[in-house]
Amino acid sequence: MTALLFLIPAALLLGGLGLAAFFWSVKSGQYDDLDGAAERILLDDDEEAEPADH
Amino acid sequence: MSTAETTLPAPGCPSNLEPAINADIVDPSPFVRRQPDGAARLELSVHGAHCGGCIAKIEGGLKTLPGVEAARLNLSTGKLSVSWRGAALAPIAITQKISDLGYRAAPFDPEAAAKQEDLEGRFLLRCMAVAGFAMANIMLLSVAIWAGHDGEMGPATRAMMHWVSAVIALPAAAFAGRPFFRSAFNALKAGHANMDVPISLAVILALSLSVYETLNDGPDAYFDAAVMLLFFLLIGRYLDHRLRAKSRAAAQELLALQATTASRLSNDGSLEAVSVRDIAPGESILLSPGDRAPVDGVVVDGVSDVDVSLVTGESAPARMKDGDKLFAGVLNMSSRLVMRAEALAEDSLIADLTRLIEAGEQGKSKYIRLADRAAALYVPLVHSLALATFLGWFFIGDAGLRIAVMNAVAVLIITCPCALGLAAPAVQVVATGRLFKEGVLVKSGDALERLAEVDAFVFDKTGTLTHGGLRLANKDDIAEQDLQHVAMLARASRHPLSRAIVQAAGAGSLAGGIHETPGCGVEGVIDGERARFGRGDWVGDDGAPPQTDLASSEAWFRIGANRPVHFVFEDAIRADARETIEALGARGLGVEMLSGDREAPARLIAEAAGIERWRAELSPAEKIARLEELSRKGIKTAMVGDGLNDAPALAAAHASLSPGTAADASQAAADFVFQGDSLGPVLTAFEVSKQARRRVLENFSFAAFYNLCAIPLAVFGFVTPLIAALAMSGSSIIVTLNALRLKTGDRKETA
Repeated sequence: MTALLFLIPAALLLGGLGLAAFFWSVKSGQYDDLDGAAERILLDDDEEAEPADH
Repeated sequence: MSTAETTLPAPGCPSNLEPAINADIVDPSPFVRRQPDGAARLELSVHGAHCGGCIAKIEGGLKTLPGVEAARLNLSTGKLSVSWRGAALAPIAITQKISDLGYRAAPFDPEAAAKQEDLEGRFLLRCMAVAGFAMANIMLLSVAIWAGHDGEMGPATRAMMHWVSAVIALPAAAFAGRPFFRSAFNALKAGHANMDVPISLAVILALSLSVYETLNDGPDAYFDAAVMLLFFLLIGRYLDHRLRAKSRAAAQELLALQATTASRLSNDGSLEAVSVRDIAPGESILLSPGDRAPVDGVVVDGVSDVDVSLVTGESAPARMKDGDKLFAGVLNMSSRLVMRAEALAEDSLIADLTRLIEAGEQGKSKYIRLADRAAALYVPLVHSLALATFLGWFFIGDAGLRIAVMNAVAVLIITCPCALGLAAPAVQVVATGRLFKEGVLVKSGDALERLAEVDAFVFDKTGTLTHGGLRLANKDDIAEQDLQHVAMLARASRHPLSRAIVQAAGAGSLAGGIHETPGCGVEGVIDGERARFGRGDWVGDDGAPPQTDLASSEAWFRIGANRPVHFVFEDAIRADARETIEALGARGLGVEMLSGDREAPARLIAEAAGIERWRAELSPAEKIARLEELSRKGIKTAMVGDGLNDAPALAAAHASLSPGTAADASQAAADFVFQGDSLGPVLTAFEVSKQARRRVLENFSFAAFYNLCAIPLAVFGFVTPLIAALAMSGSSIIVTLNALRLKTGDRKETA
């Protein structure tokens, strides 16, 4: 049963990492336009690959 | 100018979710924000963008403008933010470009734009994530506890597992439960109970009981059930929030409309773009063709055809000259006019209508959602049951305080309205998604509930039963060659007749050397010959009598020395209007037409559509009066309309629909906005609403049935944490699956 002593914290840590990543994605606005995000993946954005002028 | 021909893409949404919009171009200069580093930023509300192609078209188009660094369109809210550098770009070029692409753009007030961020949605998402995280981790421990229930797990290990669960569950519930605790607290403070009261009570009691059990090394803890409950309910809450956010975005679009700009003419003859709110009575305003009157006023210079259809419902354009009164919202069509403002924006007709709309919406907010009606029955019932269980075990069963409290809490947990909380939002999200695919935008979840209840439909005439804009009526009499030639001129013009030509001819090229003479027409060079499209005497027709029929407009086209070709435009009835009205009648619904137009054209359309009950020459207030008369008779009506004059009636009706070509105020006031040339979506929206209502009721009866089975178990003390967890997740999954059935629609029901 001693295995539990590091397995439970390991599970919590991994879950916590996922939770932190989710919080970050919400904060950076990735959930603000769910309809647009679904469509954008299909867009041909080759012209954006050109070097920006700044 | 060279005669090189350029090919223009077809305007509007490439997926045909909405027709191209004949937009008024607004100068957004007063709304540009200058950043300290020299960059300029503008927030616009874009109307008509529905698919990925629209994103590519708008963002790609704007990036071709000089100095534009970034353009990003949010498809969910229709908000576009553009930033650019340098003085090479006039802000009006941005709205001009968007309008050329077939969309309408109105500037956002920077203050309103700041409020746009969906903070509530982010908050719910965070709560949901925390509840999900806690649920998964506690479940991991709980499964071990249930598996080791028959002696394999020692009490010490079990106690440790309970402690770990408590450490996860308590802060998670304190974080994720806030939306429910807050709403329950507010409801109790106001002296009534809502669905959040039993939810909060169940979560708090389940957690306290579990902590008590853990402290006393007891076998049963409900940490998993408490956070699972929060997780499922938060999913429902978030779905519901997304639906409401859509309707809020529409309301903000109305605000954006009021924040538009106008061209003010100073005494020295110079022009200045100002915000409409800053126009004072007595000032002169220039209306170019394609501009809308920003405030009520009087024409002081110029003669022009003015489209008053959005204000009065009259489809034929009116000729306005010196001294004629213009209402805010009318569209100048043919040549430039100077008007003198006579009222402030907030005292103008459009503001009066806005007030009527607000009054109507207040009435609508009294509507109680199905779920809340269910909660009103449910809450007292469940709480008395829990109390009865406690009293029963304590006094009759003589089981001691601990067992009595345990069983009373088990009743609260097992009856907690998990399925109820998910039942309505899940169905409404699926129904909304299905209607969107059919070209109908649903603005709120309860709109579906309200539309399913109506007994009668009331239609407006212009723009609802008819197409609203002028269309080429004699296309069959015109040679294809002539149509393509005239379209090469028309593509360069914003005049409504030119727009009608482009609509009939489709995408194509431009003629060279194009010049537009306001009030006369467009001329250019095609195949080396001079061509003109416009008024008969200007084009040089050979004495053909001008048409006097007010319901239609005409124009002539002549290339070189050829015979002039006659084009007739009129506002035609939608092709499937009669069919749709008959289908509504066949479902036992009453159909009526209320028009602001004169009696003769109204009679013509009513007869063509097969509507027996109709009234003409009604003011907005008279339309509302008729709706109220109907509702006093106990008839719930759905209003279908598009004009500014319909907006108050749309807001006051039990449910309302408006076509995508409608005035902004009407689209903002309506519950549903349907796209395309046909009236069929009205019927589809009604059918899907009916089905959605059936699904919601099915889900409620399922939840009731489940409670009927589970409550006796809980009352008599047979519910363990394992049974509670199974019952809760099982019922939520069944409710969600039942909602998904709506996605395809039952063939039998739609047939």
